[in-house]
Amino acid sequence: MTHIAIIDYGMGNLRSVAKALEHVAPHARIQVTQNRHDILQADRVVFPGQGSIRDCMRELAHWDLVEVVREVARNKPFLGLCLGPQALLEFSDENGGIECLKVLPGRVVWFGDLRDPASGERLKVPHMGWNQVHQTHDHPLWQGIPQDSRFYFVHSYYLRPANKSLVTGRTRYGFDFASAIARDNLFAVQFHPEKSAQAGLQLLANFVDWNP
Amino acid sequence: MGLAKRIIPCLDVDHGRVVKGVKFVEIRDAGDPVEIARRYDEQGADEITFLDITASSDDRETMVHVVEQVASQVFIPLTVGGGIRTLADVRRMLNAGADKVSINTAAIAQPDFVREAAERFGNQCIVVAIDAKAVHQPDEEPRWEIFTHGGRRPTGIDAVAWAQRMAEYGAGEILLTSMDRDGTKRGFDLELTCAVSEAVSVPVIASGGVGTLDHLADGILLGKADAVLAASIFHFAEYTIEQAKRYMQARGIEVRLSDPL
Repeated sequence: MTHIAIIDYGMGNLRSVAKALEHVAPHARIQVTQNRHDILQADRVVFPGQGSIRDCMRELAHWDLVEVVREVARNKPFLGLCLGPQALLEFSDENGGIECLKVLPGRVVWFGDLRDPASGERLKVPHMGWNQVHQTHDHPLWQGIPQDSRFYFVHSYYLRPANKSLVTGRTRYGFDFASAIARDNLFAVQFHPEKSAQAGLQLLANFVDWNP
Repeated sequence: MGLAKRIIPCLDVDHGRVVKGVKFVEIRDAGDPVEIARRYDEQGADEITFLDITASSDDRETMVHVVEQVASQVFIPLTVGGGIRTLADVRRMLNAGADKVSINTAAIAQPDFVREAAERFGNQCIVVAIDAKAVHQPDEEPRWEIFTHGGRRPTGIDAVAWAQRMAEYGAGEILLTSMDRDGTKRGFDLELTCAVSEAVSVPVIASGGVGTLDHLADGILLGKADAVLAASIFHFAEYTIEQAKRYMQARGIEVRLSDPL
């Protein structure tokens, strides 16, 4: 039986993530856990997160999970959600500047005062709601998901990976930003697949079947 | 290409049952929140809001169970409002599977509650609900005040200034209801909606008064709202959410149409 660990480090409610995975993988063992041993033993790992990056990094340290996350992000099918991918980069501008996990090169940047280039109208921050994700590369996790499908986003900071080759999906909000990044066994999305109806469930189902 | 404007059906729940009669065709149980939420999800609702109108706080646990059941079957964002007064209330609803809570009266009684809740749980899950009424004379500059107790009790607080203050305190979104229009089917108070939307940097949900599909589109195009909330036009099956979205799209509004999968 596939064992999927959802890393619970006290940042946000993971029930929805667990329920959505149970929905697409009724035979898998879905475990919400902060136990290092369980995470290292799991076949697949989901790294979610909500809230501020300062709290996120503090809680990871508190639960002694920094090295564990770094390790499983390199050697298991690994899915980062929302704040998860932000924590994987080197540095975030949030909370006055926070050092992150440095699994991937790049930084996290505030949307700032945005205007729509076409209409000139101010764009609201947080970027909240359903936006399109343009798949810039083929990837097993995009399988069965139509190009430019909409997913549910809620965030005020965005991913700016140092290396363009990490980007596998992009989204337009005033400008184009990286909404999905991938490398080897790692796939991470800024949006919430667990709240993105059919397209989101398909992505989670693809993750459960993914053998990088 | 870009962010879609959202349509949010709102369900009033009393003791775990949807009230104000939802009338779908061929629905088995018109009071079952799970079944109704599932229908709205199938029609393409972008989010669902539950308003717990249970009078007695002893029965609030019932709402927790409702949220748990809906969240395990419907995979779109859920907001819960009504009776959210403490950090423990917020935590209980989020743990049950709500993505956001809507805070109304408690924000007025204790504004710092909004700040504390946003710091603890993140701005993304804190919605501040504002019930406003016009208080200006016809020849005066428009002005709206916050009212409580179903629009009966004035507070003296200016609605636009309050929305700004709540956004500063960490509200991730404002749910703005015109008490003058609520239940009238005459359309949103567009002047109010536009004034609040332009005053704050966070998204604004327009509410109160929807009677036609034009009203929904006007809320976005003229009221500058980021989302529109409605109850009766969807509950009584006058229109499906998909019809509403196709109509809004025809008026040039970007919407999320049902998944092609």
